Amino acid sequence: MKLMKTLLMATAMVAVAAGAAQAKQLIYCSEASPKHFDPAMATGGNDFDASARTIYNRLVEFKHGATELEPGLADSWEISADGLEYTFKLHPGTKFQTTDYFTPTRDLNADDVVFSFERQFKEDNPFHAYLADSQYEYYEAMAMPSYIKEVVKVDDLTVKIVLNTPNSPMLANLGMDFASIVSKEYADKLIASGTETDFASKPVGTGPFQYVDYQLDSVIRYAAFPDYFKGKVALDDLIFAITPDTTARTQRLLAGECDIMSYPSPTDIASLKENTDLVVLDQAGLNVGYMSYNTTVAPTDDVEVRKALSMAINKPALVEALFGAGNAEPAKNLIPPTMWSYNDATPEQEYNPEKAKEILAAKGVTEIELWASDRARSYNPAFARSAEIIQQDWAAVGVKATINTVEWTQYRIDGAKSDRPGAFQIGWGGDNGDPDNFFAVLFGAAAIGTQNYSIWNNAEFEKLIKDGVLETDQAKRAAIYVKAQELMTAEEPAFLMAHSTIYMPMSKKVLGYTMDPLAMHRFDNVDVAE
Amino acid sequence: MSTATNAPETRKPVSGLREFWHYFSQNRGAVIGLVVLSIMVLIALFAPVLAPHAPELQYRDALLKPPAWQEGGSWTYVLGTDPVGRDMLSRLMYGARFSLVIGVVVVVLALVGGVTLGLVAGYFRGWVDIVIMRVMDIILAFPSLLLALVLVAVLGPGLVNAMLAIAIVLQPHFARLVRAAVMAESSRDYVTSARLAGASHLRLMLVTILPNCVAPLIVQATLSFSSAILDAAALGFLGLGAQPPTPEWGTMLATAREFILRAPWVVTFPGLAILITVLAINLIGDGLRDALDPKLKRS
Amino acid sequence: MLKYILNRLLLVIPTLIGITICSFGFVRLIPGDPILALSGERGVTAERYAMLVEKYGFDRPIWEQYFRYLGQVVRGDFGDSLATHRPVVEEFLKLFPATVELGIFALIFAIAIGVPAGIFAAVKRGTWLDQGLMGTALVGYSMPIFWWGLLMIIFFSGYLGWTPVSGRIGLQFFMKPVTGFMLVDSLLAGNFNAFVSALRHLILPTIVLGTIPLAVIARQTRSAMLEVMGEDYVRTARAKGLSGRRVIGLHALRNALIPVVTTIGLQVGVLMGGAILTETIFSWPGIGRWLVDSIYKRDYAVVQNGLLIVAVIVMIVNLVVDLLYAVINPRIRVQSS
Repeated sequence: MKLMKTLLMATAMVAVAAGAAQAKQLIYCSEASPKHFDPAMATGGNDFDASARTIYNRLVEFKHGATELEPGLADSWEISADGLEYTFKLHPGTKFQTTDYFTPTRDLNADDVVFSFERQFKEDNPFHAYLADSQYEYYEAMAMPSYIKEVVKVDDLTVKIVLNTPNSPMLANLGMDFASIVSKEYADKLIASGTETDFASKPVGTGPFQYVDYQLDSVIRYAAFPDYFKGKVALDDLIFAITPDTTARTQRLLAGECDIMSYPSPTDIASLKENTDLVVLDQAGLNVGYMSYNTTVAPTDDVEVRKALSMAINKPALVEALFGAGNAEPAKNLIPPTMWSYNDATPEQEYNPEKAKEILAAKGVTEIELWASDRARSYNPAFARSAEIIQQDWAAVGVKATINTVEWTQYRIDGAKSDRPGAFQIGWGGDNGDPDNFFAVLFGAAAIGTQNYSIWNNAEFEKLIKDGVLETDQAKRAAIYVKAQELMTAEEPAFLMAHSTIYMPMSKKVLGYTMDPLAMHRFDNVDVAE
Repeated sequence: MSTATNAPETRKPVSGLREFWHYFSQNRGAVIGLVVLSIMVLIALFAPVLAPHAPELQYRDALLKPPAWQEGGSWTYVLGTDPVGRDMLSRLMYGARFSLVIGVVVVVLALVGGVTLGLVAGYFRGWVDIVIMRVMDIILAFPSLLLALVLVAVLGPGLVNAMLAIAIVLQPHFARLVRAAVMAESSRDYVTSARLAGASHLRLMLVTILPNCVAPLIVQATLSFSSAILDAAALGFLGLGAQPPTPEWGTMLATAREFILRAPWVVTFPGLAILITVLAINLIGDGLRDALDPKLKRS
Repeated sequence: MLKYILNRLLLVIPTLIGITICSFGFVRLIPGDPILALSGERGVTAERYAMLVEKYGFDRPIWEQYFRYLGQVVRGDFGDSLATHRPVVEEFLKLFPATVELGIFALIFAIAIGVPAGIFAAVKRGTWLDQGLMGTALVGYSMPIFWWGLLMIIFFSGYLGWTPVSGRIGLQFFMKPVTGFMLVDSLLAGNFNAFVSALRHLILPTIVLGTIPLAVIARQTRSAMLEVMGEDYVRTARAKGLSGRRVIGLHALRNALIPVVTTIGLQVGVLMGGAILTETIFSWPGIGRWLVDSIYKRDYAVVQNGLLIVAVIVMIVNLVVDLLYAVINPRIRVQSS
């Protein structure tokens, strides 16, 4: 009897404690507004954080803090011996989110998976062009149209993806944001009511958090999805406080207005680390900042000029002035040192202004255009500042650089034009941890007009990146990419600047946050201390 | 605008000037403003001599040095250095050149444009007047900074375009002022007699009427001078004015914004320079208005 | 009087047409291909390009585009934002209350301090108090407010930690917008803590945005008071032995406030311009920041129509002020009749 009483008391106390406990809330100060909430049409990391990584899931997922894969909506998968058929077994009983604008009547099944891919490549799919001026940019950029032949429903919980040719990075690609699985039932409902565009503004997914509200350019609110197939997450509410200004973001964190922030200014890291209320996590970023020379327009069409220009820049001093001591390391290869196939044998960039001056004088180079944009990126916190430093270094070897500063969207359009003169500062953050995602996407001939800002079309390099994708043995692939790096060092299509460390400052009460090498911000494994 | 009473002054330039200086020098603020502005002009003129360093020279071993009086500062860089190691004091000195030139160029552009339009509108009246003044109304219907911003977006960012945009935004004030003065003067006897004597339109406008609205124009020009500096700095701050590495004060502020926590001096000094210059000009403007406006003189 | 009002109203029509021409024209003149700007980071195919040209009517003759635009505007259709695909009007209506709320506070702040300061300075004319007040006002008038805002943030939010850094309300508070005014919405929701939070967020932006209007109003009030105090009827009143305070309160103030009302009306345009900078600095989700961001993003539909809406609002306010002035100022009534 006494035991019974004690038990009752304990239960009552637990109940009281639970009732009194505040809802667990995390406020994340993010760097930009999402364009919308359709992960397949988005392109920015901030778009993905707000949709793909919160509201949605994929067949396979990247492990937290790693580029390896783990099961997502698919419990298991098989790849046929010829590398052409990928068969996925879906997790049974996976629920879609119930919101005030949609109540699902069925669980996730193969139809949803088929729809999620077909809308991206079948032009007769009603959702192929539901937002008039958007397109499935990532699907195209990852060359999916040439690889994926069809996506077939085998049974309710089995899906088969059939390829045209083998493609080693395919599985990793399916863990990327554009491959998020959406609800066909919801899409059909929107078609019936003629409100297709709601698909991008009122999202419904299977993910850890569900959409509650979005105040344009200021706050996104999410609530934990109670029936999440991996179990409800620890947080109850997740809030994105959109704060594009880096200084304001930092101050908000310091003032306790948010619990965690993205992309602090490298110059504030030291003082943030000193703050005893905060923890600053860091991780070598899977990124590279560089400066593309246009290899088709004089004077940078001459490899010796390119090398001389690079030689004139004091790279360590540039990197330190730009990022602050210890926040980035000078780059010698396109891929960061943490990525497999990194070529350690590549020699450090020679800094020799006298020799550079001689060569440039002999070649008659006296003027050059130098491009900069207004946006802070993790691989380059201030294009304008790096431009001013490089300008000064080039002035010392008798080359007068004119800085063109252009707004970020227009910048990339201008930069991709094949007749763009001079040196163009840019960079890249990896999407899936595969070297192909750097070499082919940034310097492949297919990327001329988009990401290949050097307009570099080298037959030998083309063959290497093609072989790299077809080969399935990782050691052999690594050897191929080492050759690609040697070729880039010899041809200098770009001045490689830095691989930066990514920092994530947060309040001490944030528990369990892991940094992500792919620069994603995921909160499904985060908890807050009371 | 009661400009008619000024007529005697401008007719007798010597005594007018003396009288003007008498009133102006009684205004202590105005004299202080004049002194400060003169110092600014001297600094701007002799920046190459006065500045301890070249404004674009980057000392890579002295990034973000604090001002001399702070811990870690040195007298080599009196006001500290910026994020790429350039001397703040030298940049501010060269920056004075930009701000003053911006002010002068904008005022000249706005003055010439506005006065011409105002004269034409007020003198010819009729549909010419209606069209010109409607256009001026339209320009004034937009908040000036927003209009300047959009104009710069059209013309492309840069110092020259920023000046042009600000001049366009400021000139309606001149046009309105001149038009009103012209209309008031046109009916006066001396104009009528000049017209009867066969004076040409141009002569009537430029020689007979214009000198009589010089006083309010001077006051308006001073006001425009300060707002031009402020607006150009604001455009620079929004990234659409002078482009780095130009040491324009607003642009310096914009590129320094991310350092306000770590290095407040890179933010404090350019803003202070803008404030002091604009304040000096406004003090002079007040003094000019008091000295030139007989109504206030009396009271 | 009626004639004056009608005349003033008629003048609005050509200005309105001019504003639409401007807002239409600006956007076509902006360099760069709008379609490429819309298509994002990874380029655009030829078919897609053609489709977009067709959709936005960029292939039609310019006058046809204009009349199409005018027709849409008259019907209240301002198109969709190119970036978010939502109607421009919808975005505007969501953000406008934030700007209005801030603007009203800034104006109240400017009037509440500016008018008494001006009166005080006028009454104490020539004393050090007068000089001190007017000197301060001139500093305020000369202030680069974008720098002023940064200083305030460094000091009050950073150093003292008294005020929030940015935004409209603490993020822990969430209310479905009813009026769009945070203060009203929080009271409607019965959430007093939210109300306090919203009020705290308003302090710094209000001071920064209100600084220049405050200075202008103080200076204007002082000179209007001085002028009125020199007038005959005030002197007569004084000669009749009425006390100083009574003279100031009854006679001078009432007449002095007439030009001050106009000045206050004119500050609406100034506030709108200041909102661009203030909202940018404080991450205030209002019209100013929206327009600046849209210019950066080259969101043509937003720049074009946001500009139009703002200009029309400023114009209407100026119109109302003019008419109000005519009503309260007997001199204009006499002149026009």
